[in-house]
Parts: sequence; structure tokens; C-alpha cells
Amino acid sequence: MQELHGEKTGKVKKERTPMPEQPAEERRNNFNEVTLGYTKEDALVEASRCLACKDPKCVEGCPVNVDIPGFIQLVCEENFEGAIERIKATNALPAICGRVCPQEAQCEASCVLGKKGQPVAIGRLERFCADYEREKGVKAPEAMPPTGKKVAVVGSGPAGLTAAADLAKLGHKVTIFESLHKAGGVLSYGIPEFRLPKGIVRQEVEYIEKLGVEVKPNYIIGRIKTLDELCDDFDAVFLGTGAGLPNFMGIEGENLNGVYSANEFLTRVNLMKAYDPEYDTMVRRGKHVVVVGGGNVAMDAARSALRLGAKDVSIVYRRGEDEMPARREEIEHAKEEGITFRLLTNPVRILGDEKFNVTGVECIKMELGEPDKSGRRSPVPVEGSEFLIPADVVVIAIGTSPNPIIFKGSEGLEQNKRGTVVADEETGATSKCGVFAGGDVVTGAATVISAMGAGKKAAKAIDEYLKEK
Amino acid sequence: MAYRILEKEEIAPSVHRMIIDAPDVAKAAKAGQFIILRIDERGERVPLTIADFEREAGTVTVIYQEMGKTTKQLAKLSAGDSLEDFVGPLGTPADVRKLGTIILVGGGVGVAPIYPQAKAYVNAGNKVISIIGARNKDLLILENEMEKASSELYIATDDGSKGHHGFVTDIMKRILDSGEKVARVVIIGPPIMMKVGAGVAFPYDVEILVSLNSIMVDGTGMCGGCRVTVNGKTKFTCVDGPEFDAREVDFVQLMNRLAMYRGEEGKAVEKYEEECRCGLH
Repeated sequence: MQELHGEKTGKVKKERTPMPEQPAEERRNNFNEVTLGYTKEDALVEASRCLACKDPKCVEGCPVNVDIPGFIQLVCEENFEGAIERIKATNALPAICGRVCPQEAQCEASCVLGKKGQPVAIGRLERFCADYEREKGVKAPEAMPPTGKKVAVVGSGPAGLTAAADLAKLGHKVTIFESLHKAGGVLSYGIPEFRLPKGIVRQEVEYIEKLGVEVKPNYIIGRIKTLDELCDDFDAVFLGTGAGLPNFMGIEGENLNGVYSANEFLTRVNLMKAYDPEYDTMVRRGKHVVVVGGGNVAMDAARSALRLGAKDVSIVYRRGEDEMPARREEIEHAKEEGITFRLLTNPVRILGDEKFNVTGVECIKMELGEPDKSGRRSPVPVEGSEFLIPADVVVIAIGTSPNPIIFKGSEGLEQNKRGTVVADEETGATSKCGVFAGGDVVTGAATVISAMGAGKKAAKAIDEYLKEK
Repeated sequence: MAYRILEKEEIAPSVHRMIIDAPDVAKAAKAGQFIILRIDERGERVPLTIADFEREAGTVTVIYQEMGKTTKQLAKLSAGDSLEDFVGPLGTPADVRKLGTIILVGGGVGVAPIYPQAKAYVNAGNKVISIIGARNKDLLILENEMEKASSELYIATDDGSKGHHGFVTDIMKRILDSGEKVARVVIIGPPIMMKVGAGVAFPYDVEILVSLNSIMVDGTGMCGGCRVTVNGKTKFTCVDGPEFDAREVDFVQLMNRLAMYRGEEGKAVEKYEEECRCGLH
């Protein structure tokens, strides 16, 4: 198989191997996964494109530093078990990362092949390996001998799951506290089935349970027990509570019936499976839907609304397409499915009828002005350009903030003005002794993989802290 | 994880009391808080106010009226059955401290959340005048418990079958008019009763609190479905409430938002009852 390797043959295909997908026309009517995954043949062809650089930039681009050339080499050798083992050495959730990581901004952005053609489809290969293992049955991983130390992990999203997995492998006894009835955090309530099937999330959680981690659902820290009490019961605490509080715009009509936060809309659809008639969950199935925002969450909400039977779905975003924070693939998929993008447009107010139901969104056109603090040109309204988009469902997807419940009874835990926890970037250490934090609760809303990276760093720091304690 | 039903009793027509084995919730529960339960994997998450709790025994009591599909389904469960999920305590506890004289007004199943408050206010050294009411005497709940928990108890029924013939708020007004110095009035019941009741108390120099029962999913501030306008600002009932100053609550918006799924709820009940008739449940 060595001769398949690009470096050896000198012939590297410029184009990456396409991902098999459900056709747009079909998938816009179902919640099944959009991308179908590489076949073995696809994977071998794509893996052969890797140049196996001596100084691989892709590894630096990965927040959890997966040995990318290493696992791809094993794929070339058709040693898929070895490949997934190599990935799992640093990444506890590869089936998820292979699906939802913004690879184009991370590992793939640094791929040498990207300079002249398309970078190696690292994410797709990662997913192939993870799916291969899932089909074969996941092996119970080996853990170190028990240390006798107890660690509490608050929140079972990507940060918490990663920290828990790493700590358990090191022999610590880990308990995860989850406020909802199901583990996974945003992986369960936020990211839709068609992008991340919930069966995969369940299996990844089961893998972490196999490591000896106990998951306690329906357990709200800040209500049942305070953080201070947790500190008494455990040797260390990791806070991975995310950014679960939806932001609203504060415009007229935002509390009308039919106006949802993206959190509520997606939770009803994903966690509570409102799309499945066998479930009791209610959700308004709009015919004309407007989603406000330009991130992955906005794409998810828009595409979910479409699958619930909407005739037309518009994404309203105040900047241009280049400024959209969503993954490139999600934007492309949304377009293929027929979502209308109304860029440089901002909602001014939401209109309703006498029964308090939403009827439309009044918007104003925007133009790009001077660059703001983030370096992006800030949009300014074009006077007199107001227009109306009729809508019976409106979803606000303009970001989230950390949930303040965790701060009830958390003496000495420093927060900054935005409500996030102040934590050391390298270790996750907070101002409170024995408490570490990582993920969205520290950074504000970001990505699954950056939360995992933070969980990983914190697990290492917690292990060191426990050794010294 | 399942939460066992230890006792279940129909305490009035279509009104049920359930005692649930939930030690973690019981240990932390305070008056004024609520729980969210889910019967099974396909069920809704339904918020219910905590009607009582026993820390030592590890139990939490909820009282509900058969209204939608889930409460009808709950009514069919019995002691020994289990609920899939039972999470709490949720919401900010009632601000219970020594204030003097407190009037607690409960209408219909709204008497249930009043009960732990009566106990808590009395424990804090207050004189508690409770006024409870229902459409008729058969629908009146927790009379004995309230009698024991309160310093004084008054009863009103719409049809006069027990106590005062008229509204609970008639009695409240009489007490406020009597010149007795009242520090706080807490009114809990259907939204329209809270709106009208609070309106009666507005002219008096007294603090008026109401406990809202908005539609919600998670109960931890995550969905924002329970948002309500209070003093011109959007608040989340689940974390900022459920108790708010009645003078600041936009009751019209509250009632409109509660009607959000009325059509769907009606259909779900119809379908469920049809299935019951066919012997499917």
C-alpha cells in the first residue's frame, strides 16, 4: 500500500475525494444524516494524497493535536484499528469531531496541499476511522490503576466529556453532573440529527462510561448542590457548563408567539425530537421562517425549519457572507437545500397579529463601514431601506452566554463582565482552589473542538494538581 | 435513572397528588420552587410546582390537574410506577423572611404551591392569613393541611358550596380594608385570577407577589421559552422567577404566551383519548 502514498508516487491528485451525500432535494425533507461517509475505497484514495510532511503543520492546527499524518499512514496501510487508536490517543470523540469540527479553519487550513489545490480531507478520514470502529464495536479502553482521587465534572458537553475521559484514563474516579435528562450538552440538544446523529453521541458517551465515568443526569449544580459543596465532596472540580443562555436582540415584538431562541427551537427539535410524531414535544412548524444570525447554530435552525416543512426559510445576517462564522460546508449545504441568504440585513422589529402570533420581520439594509475591534468591517444601516419579510416562525440565533446558575454558592470564583469564568488559558485553573474550567463557559460561545481542547488541557492540569495535593 | 411514585391519590375530581422518591431534590427544595418531570422517553418536560417535600424521607409532593395529554397520562400512573425524569429544585426560592402579616391567596390547584409557603412563612415568624378557593367545595384541595399550616384560614367557593360565596379576593380585600397592617400578599392560581386578584390589591400599600406558570423546556435559563415582560424588561420565569412583583408583570403577554400551543394541545388530548378508548393505554 506504500506506493499509494503521494510522496512515493509523486502524483498527488489536486482535488480531494468527494464526500457521498444525500441529494439536496431528498434530504431537505428528512432528518437523516446529510453526509454519508467515505467508503473504504474513498478513504484509501484520499489518504494516499497525504504527503506525510516531516514537520506537519496540520497537527499544530488541531486544538487537541491529533497525530494526523500518523493515523493517515495507518489508513493507507488499511490498518483502520490502528488508525482509530492513534486518533483516540488524543481525541476521545473522533466520530463527533470528524463531523462537526471546522477543519477548514484548523487542521486542513495548515495542510501543504491546500496551497496549490485542495487540502487532504482530514475530517472525513477521521470520521471514516471512527465509523469503522463503531461498526466493529468499540473496545473497552484501558485505564491506569485507581488513584483514589475523586473529580467532579459539571456539564457533559464536549469539554466535560473530554476532561472526564482523560481523567478516567489516568485512574481518577470521575462523576459527571448533567442538568438535562440526557448527556452530551450541545451535542445532544443543539446540533441536529442530520449533522450529528444522536446514536453517535450516545455511543461516545457510552465509551466514556466504559472508562468508569459515572454520569448523573437531572443534576443541577447551583440548585441541588452548590459548587462550594462539590469542592467539599471531591478532590477537584472541572466546570464545563458551556454557554447555554440565549441572547435576544431586545427589539420590539421579540416575545411574540412563534419567536424562538435557537436554543429553544433546536432543543425541541433535537433533544426532544419534535420532528418525530411519536414524541409529545410541541414545536411550531412555520411555513415562512426567518432565522437571524450567521453562525452554525443559525444554519442548523434554518435547515431544521426546512425539514419541519417550511415553504421558505431566510437567513438574515447583518454582515456579508465572508464574515459569516458558520462552517463553509454548512453554508454550502444550506444553500443547496434552498435556504435564502439575506445578507447585510438586520431586523428592526418583529410584527404580530391580534392573537399575538408573529407575522413578519421588519428589516433594514446594511452596508459595511469601518473595521471594528474584531477587525471585521462593521455594518451600518442604510437609511430608509426598511422592508418586510413575512414570517410565522422567527428564530433568534445571535449567540449565547454562560448560565449564571453555577455561580450560586461559588465563593471566590472570578467572573468577567460577560459572565464567563476567568481561567488560565493553559491549565484552566480558576481563582477558586481546586476548580478548573474550560470550553464556552470560559471563552463564550465557540466550537466543539476548542471546548475539547480546553477540557484536555484542564484534565492534564487537574492530574498534576491532584499529584501535588 | 427512574423516580418511583410512592403514593398517588385523587384529592379532588381530576386533581391528583403524587409523592415521588427524589432524595436529591427533596434535600435542596425550598418553598416557591418547582420541578420538571418527564414520564417516559417520548414525553414532554412538564413543570410542576413543589407542593411539599420531606428532607428526611427524601420525597417530593406534586399536585396537578388533568389538563393536557401529559397530565392525563400522569393521572393513569399509580404508586409503584416510575417517572423517567424528575429534575429540580428549579427557580428562585420564595423570599421568605420575617415581615409581619402575610396574606397567601390560592385558587384552584394554585393552593398546592401556597402550602409550603404557609409553612415557611410561619416558621420565619410571620402571621399567615391564608385564603383558598375553588369553583365548588369538591374541587377545594388541602383544606386540612392549610388549616394546620396557617395562622388563619378563609375559604371561598364560586358557587357558595363552602365558605364565602364569591372570590378569594373578596376576602383579601376585606382584610386589607380592615386596617390590619399587611406586609405582603402572595397570589397563586390561574393567570386570570392572579391578574384580577392583584388588581384588587393594587390600591393598597402592600407588596404583591405572583408565581407564574410559563411554558418552558429546560427550566434552567437555557431556552428562554418562559420569557415574560416584567417592568418593561424581558425576564425568564424559570431563573428570574417564578415569583415576580405583580405590579410589574405584563399579564396580557403572559396569557398570550400560555396559549402558544393551545391548538396542538387540544389535538394531542383528542388523539390520546381516542387511543385510550381503543385500549391502547
